[in-house]
Amino acid sequence: MSTANVTPSSIPGSSPTVMKLADLVAGQSLPATPPYVMSDEERHEIEHCLHHYDDNRAASIDALKIVQKKHGWVPDAAIAKIGELIGIPAADVEGVATFYNLIFRRPVGRNVIKICDSISCYLTGYDEVREAISAHLRINLGQTTADNRFTLLPICCLGACDKGPVAMINDDTVVNLSPETIPALLEQYK
Amino acid sequence: MTANIAETKPLTANIVAGRAPLNLKEYSAAGGYRAVRKALKEMAPGDVTKAVKDANLRGRGGAGFPTGVKWGLVPSLEKSPGSRYLVCNADEMEPGTFKDRLLMESDPHSLVEAMIVAGYAIQATRAYIFLRGEYVEAAKNLNAAIAEANAAGFLGKDILGSGWSMDLHVHTGAGRYICGEETALINSLEGRRANPRAKPPFPAIAGLWGKPTVVNNVESLCNVQHIVNNGSAWFLGLNQGKSKDGGTKLYGISGRAKKTGLWELPIGTTAREILEVHAGGMKDGLKLKAWLPGGASTDFLTPDHLDLAMDFDTIAKAGSRMGTGLLTVVDDRQNMVSVVRNLEDFFARESCGWCTPCRDGLPWTYKTLVAMERGEGRPGDIEMLEKMTRFLAPGRPFCAHAPGAMEPLQSALKFFRGEFEATIKKIDKTTATHAAA
Repeated sequence: MSTANVTPSSIPGSSPTVMKLADLVAGQSLPATPPYVMSDEERHEIEHCLHHYDDNRAASIDALKIVQKKHGWVPDAAIAKIGELIGIPAADVEGVATFYNLIFRRPVGRNVIKICDSISCYLTGYDEVREAISAHLRINLGQTTADNRFTLLPICCLGACDKGPVAMINDDTVVNLSPETIPALLEQYK
Repeated sequence: MTANIAETKPLTANIVAGRAPLNLKEYSAAGGYRAVRKALKEMAPGDVTKAVKDANLRGRGGAGFPTGVKWGLVPSLEKSPGSRYLVCNADEMEPGTFKDRLLMESDPHSLVEAMIVAGYAIQATRAYIFLRGEYVEAAKNLNAAIAEANAAGFLGKDILGSGWSMDLHVHTGAGRYICGEETALINSLEGRRANPRAKPPFPAIAGLWGKPTVVNNVESLCNVQHIVNNGSAWFLGLNQGKSKDGGTKLYGISGRAKKTGLWELPIGTTAREILEVHAGGMKDGLKLKAWLPGGASTDFLTPDHLDLAMDFDTIAKAGSRMGTGLLTVVDDRQNMVSVVRNLEDFFARESCGWCTPCRDGLPWTYKTLVAMERGEGRPGDIEMLEKMTRFLAPGRPFCAHAPGAMEPLQSALKFFRGEFEATIKKIDKTTATHAAA
C-alpha cells in the first residue's frame, strides 16, 4: 500500500511502460534486481543507530547508508521500510535520500569512481583525467559501464587538494592522477 | 626539541608523516589529556570559556567568529536546563581546503580531547563530530580514539568524578557542501534535508532538537586543550607579533606550485612566505596570476597582495576573506573566465535549492560563463554578471552560500575584466537582431 510499490525495482516483472520510462531517465537499461527485503542484520544495525540520537529521525541518513552498503544502492521498498522502522513518513525518507549525493537511488556499478571537479583539481588537470577515464571505460559522468563494473560520478572537493587531481574509487582516495596512470589504476578494481 | 615543537606548533606536534596516529597511551605520554584533568578538576566551566575568549581564538572554519564568544552565548543551566550539544563541524568541503582531514586522520585523540574540554565549558550532554562521508580513514581513527577515551573514563558518565557526563559520537554525512553551513548541518544531523535555518534564533540558543548547541570547526577546537594547558597569553604569543589574532594557523597551497602542502605557522604569516618559502614558488615556467586566500568562496587577490598578513582582518581590508586559510594559486596559463566557470559550476550544483535567488541565480551565472568561455558572450553579459553579484549579495539569499559564490566572480570581474570582455562577440548594427534573439 505504500508509495514505494509503483516503480520497477520493487515489483518483479513490472509493466513494460514503467520500465521504458526508467530506461529513458537512466539513459541506459537498468540491470534486473531482485525485490528488496530488509535483512535482520540491516534492521539490527539501524536499530543500534537509534541510540546515538535524541530523536529517531536523525537515524534516517545512517539507515540509508546501511541499506546501500549491503545492496549498492537504495531500492524503493527500502525507503518505505526505513520510514516504518524509525517512525517517519516514507516521503520524508525519500526527501533525504534524494537530497544527498552519496545516496544512490539507482543501481550503480560494482565500483563507483567519484572524481573531484573542484578548483584545485581543475587547475592541476581534472579535464584530462576525466577524459582519460571516459575514453578508457567508454562512459560519461553519471553513467555505468555495460558490464556493470564501473560508475563514474563527479564529486566536490575531496580535501586532498595538494595532491590533485584526486578521485575516490569506492572507499579509496587516489591522488596525483594523470591520464597515463588511469588504465593500470582501474585494472585493480574488478 | 619535541617539547619545543609542542610549544610552537601545538596543532601538529604529534603528527609525523607516514606514522600511524598516536594511541591513547602514546598520546597521554606526549602530554595528552592533561587539559581534561586540569579543566575538570581545577576550573569552572566559565573559566575555560574565559581562557578561550582571552586567547582570541577565532573560528578556523572560515568566518573567524571568536570561539569563546560563541560558547558564551549558550544560556546558563538555570535558564535552559536539560540537553545541550557540542557539534564539531568536520564536513570539510570548501574547495581548496585540506587541513581538518590531516588533524583527524593523524591525531584523532587531539580532537577528542578538545571536544571533552569544550563540552565541559558549555556543559554539553552529548557531542557529535559531523564528519563528511568521504573521510573514511578519519572516521576509523576517530572511532578508535573515542573507544579508548571511553574505556579510560574521559567520556561517558561522571567523567573523572566531576559529576558531568557527556557522550561523543561520530556522525558521518552523505555528501552536499551546504552541510558545512552550521544551521544546515544541524538539520542534516537531525536527519533532514540540509536546508539552512533562519537566524535568529542562533544555534547557541536553539540548535539541535531546539536545544542550545555550539558548532565549532575541527581546527578551532584542536587549539582548546593547549590554551587550557599553557594559558591565554602563551596562545596570543604564538602569532610572533604578526597579527592581533592568537595562535598558529594551518596554511596550505594547492594549484600548480612547486611543493604543494600544509604548514602550521604563526597566524598572520604573509601569503608570500607561504607561497615562496614553504611551497617553493610556482612551478618552473609558470607565473602567479591570482590566488584565493581560503577556499572557493573567497575573493581573488593578485600578486600585488602577496605581502599581506594572512589573518582575518588584514585579508578583509584587502577586499577578500581569509576563509579557511588554504591558498589556491592560479597560474598565468589559466583563463579567468574558465576558472570562474569551474567555481560557479560547483556553487550552482551545491545550492540546496531552498531560496530562489540562489537556486536560479547560480545556474544562470554558470550558463552565462559557459557561453562566454565558448566565445559566445553577448553584449550585456558582463553587466548581467555584475547585477548578479548585487542580487546575490549578503542578506538577499537565505544563507551565505550564494554570496560566497559571488566573491570569486566579483573579484575576477574587478581584476581581470579584459578577459571577460574578450569573450563578447563583436556585433555591429547589421547583425543586432541576432543579439536580441
